[in-house]
Amino acid sequence: MKEMFIGIDVGSVSTNLALLDLEGQVVQTVYLRTGGRPISTVQLGLKRLRETMGSSSLPKASATPLQSEDDRGQTTESLEEQKTTEGYGFSRSSEEIRIAGVATTGSARRLIGLMVGADLVKNEITTHAVAALHYQPDAQTIIEIGGQDSKLIIVRDGIVVDFAMNTVCAAGTGSFLDQQAARLGMEIEEFGNLALTAKNPVTIAGRCAVFAESDMIHKQQMGHPLSDIAAGLCEALVRNFLSNVGKGKEIKPTVVFQGGVAANPGIKRAFEKVLGYSLVTPEYFGVMGAVGAALLARNQYLTTKKSSNFRGWQLCTEDITTVGQTCDGCSNHCELVVLKRGGQVLAYLDDRCGKWSDLVTETAGEAI
Amino acid sequence: MPRYKVTIARMGTSNIFLRSFLEELGFEPLLPPPITQETLSLGSRYTPEFACLPLKVNLGNYLQTLETQDPDLIFMAGGIGPCRFGLYGEVQKEILRSLGYDLPFIVIEPPKKHFTEVIQNFTRFLGGKFWRNLPRAIRICWCKAKVTDVLDKMTLSLAPHLSVEWRKELWRKRDEFLIAIDQTGKTGRLKAILAEAEEVFASFPQEPRADVFRVMVVGEIYTVLEPAVNFQVERRLSLMGIEVTRTIYISEWIWQQIILNFLRIDWQKSLREEAKPYLSRFIGGHGLETVAYTVRAARRHYDGVVQLAPLGCMPEVAAMSIIGQVSKERQIPVLSLLMDEHTAEAGALTRIEAFVDLIQNRKARTSSGLGSRARS
Repeated sequence: MKEMFIGIDVGSVSTNLALLDLEGQVVQTVYLRTGGRPISTVQLGLKRLRETMGSSSLPKASATPLQSEDDRGQTTESLEEQKTTEGYGFSRSSEEIRIAGVATTGSARRLIGLMVGADLVKNEITTHAVAALHYQPDAQTIIEIGGQDSKLIIVRDGIVVDFAMNTVCAAGTGSFLDQQAARLGMEIEEFGNLALTAKNPVTIAGRCAVFAESDMIHKQQMGHPLSDIAAGLCEALVRNFLSNVGKGKEIKPTVVFQGGVAANPGIKRAFEKVLGYSLVTPEYFGVMGAVGAALLARNQYLTTKKSSNFRGWQLCTEDITTVGQTCDGCSNHCELVVLKRGGQVLAYLDDRCGKWSDLVTETAGEAI
Repeated sequence: MPRYKVTIARMGTSNIFLRSFLEELGFEPLLPPPITQETLSLGSRYTPEFACLPLKVNLGNYLQTLETQDPDLIFMAGGIGPCRFGLYGEVQKEILRSLGYDLPFIVIEPPKKHFTEVIQNFTRFLGGKFWRNLPRAIRICWCKAKVTDVLDKMTLSLAPHLSVEWRKELWRKRDEFLIAIDQTGKTGRLKAILAEAEEVFASFPQEPRADVFRVMVVGEIYTVLEPAVNFQVERRLSLMGIEVTRTIYISEWIWQQIILNFLRIDWQKSLREEAKPYLSRFIGGHGLETVAYTVRAARRHYDGVVQLAPLGCMPEVAAMSIIGQVSKERQIPVLSLLMDEHTAEAGALTRIEAFVDLIQNRKARTSSGLGSRARS
């Protein structure tokens, strides 16, 4: 029996899953767009994990995670046949695999934690730090830029001593870069490479996403080449990051650069230009939150040996929905979220006093 | 004389003793509904964008009261000195007037400077019964303030020694006792409530804990005391099993600001001395206290400090960069949370959780001898 661990990172823009073995090696990763539907995206992601596990030899994960944005909505097909074996067994696998731990992270960590029966629900700052330090034990600084969040984590002697997140502006995060690439009519991958070819990057006001955009338009109308504008934007966003998120923090090498934006060579080079040394981008840079969560689930399993709360693969096909509900119990008028499977209530979320969320404590407990 | 209807703004548990105080004096107190997102959006709609959060919430409170009830006047605590709050009594009056509510304000300002003015304000509405009722009003007000604070201190110190489930029960009971304190009009009954709380809390099964993580909460008074704007940071930390030491209690604040200041007793001396290597003067609001308490937390080997402040609060912003230095030099983790009407709860919670991980991992590492740095 092989024991494996699942980490699920449900962020604002992407949903990532990572499957790790007992040694902490990454076996498989899945990268999906959340698209505002965290539940069905996680169902799809789990289904993909399960599919790859089902094949007789487990493929070594590639640096480019599985991309799939086009086939959302068909989560229910083809899984039926695989359900022939009950529980966690695999019909086509030569070795039986048991999920020994599941952890969730990201902004939907609580909801998804309740949905899948997570053994651990962790904030994304901790999971990113755990993953970065796993691959780069001598890291002193971790820069993580995702869809809408950017984080700076300061590490000394292998422990997190300080951190910061963007508070006022999302300029420099993935969503903004996506938008700008789209406006210029190019793929985001092209955008980063284009920046590398710049001869003379222009100065762009990067304090605010909206003003950066108008400044970019202005520079275009002035006739600056696209490559200089792309590079200028990368530099502006890096300046913005360092002066807002990095304000007052001591950035020391080794610097690990991760998150979706780490794929952008333009941004990476702009950081290196300012800092004066090169950044390390780990192999699984895009799914580090999920990897960190899975590593934490593994650690917990190794110390406690407790069996997992994981609700099983059948949850990929279950009818799981959320319903909004306003509580009239007091003048707070909390907007509750009710997590349902079929007609049955799995959990209540988002009440201030806890009288609803305490009702269903089946999978909750210390982890949540 | 008619019985004037008076309304107040909310701040933590202060509505409990303020209501009794006003009632005993001879007013009819009208309380605003608890602070919700609606209060905040209503307040921010009519205030300047860069005014700080307490002004916005206070105004939201008044407007919500005015929507459904008809107070004759508004009672608020003001301030003097470099903090903008000293101006807010006037600003609120002007904003309300521009919205068509022309109400008189009684602003209680530190009696060091404006004692006779405050008295005149009261006698204007209450006449002779002000002096007659004052002793009783002060007595119940003071007792209620004291009892609510003692209850909170008991709750915060007990929580880390309980299991997760019992911690929740503890806070539920605390809320129940608060309601009991609010509802009684008798000073004598307060003692009984406190005794009952002690008894109930003592009956909770305690778990022996090898190490308890201790966090000091410092910062600006309103954001420290009002859970509706600070994302219940105190309760959340407490439910996670952290021992929270709050540095501002309203009863202590009243004692210092009204009694000690009136008697010209320098209660700030020890704080000033503690802050001295980093800050040598009063900078308005609770800026000096924030620095002093951070130094104290480091000296007393706390595991971390959480600073709470409204976005753009000048004293706290000044203090923030200073305590960054304290944090570096004295090896104490500090989390600064700045709040305004746009602050997202999810982001704040992520930070709070990550901070708890940080202090826990740090201690585990230090105590196992793996870390090279020792805490001084």
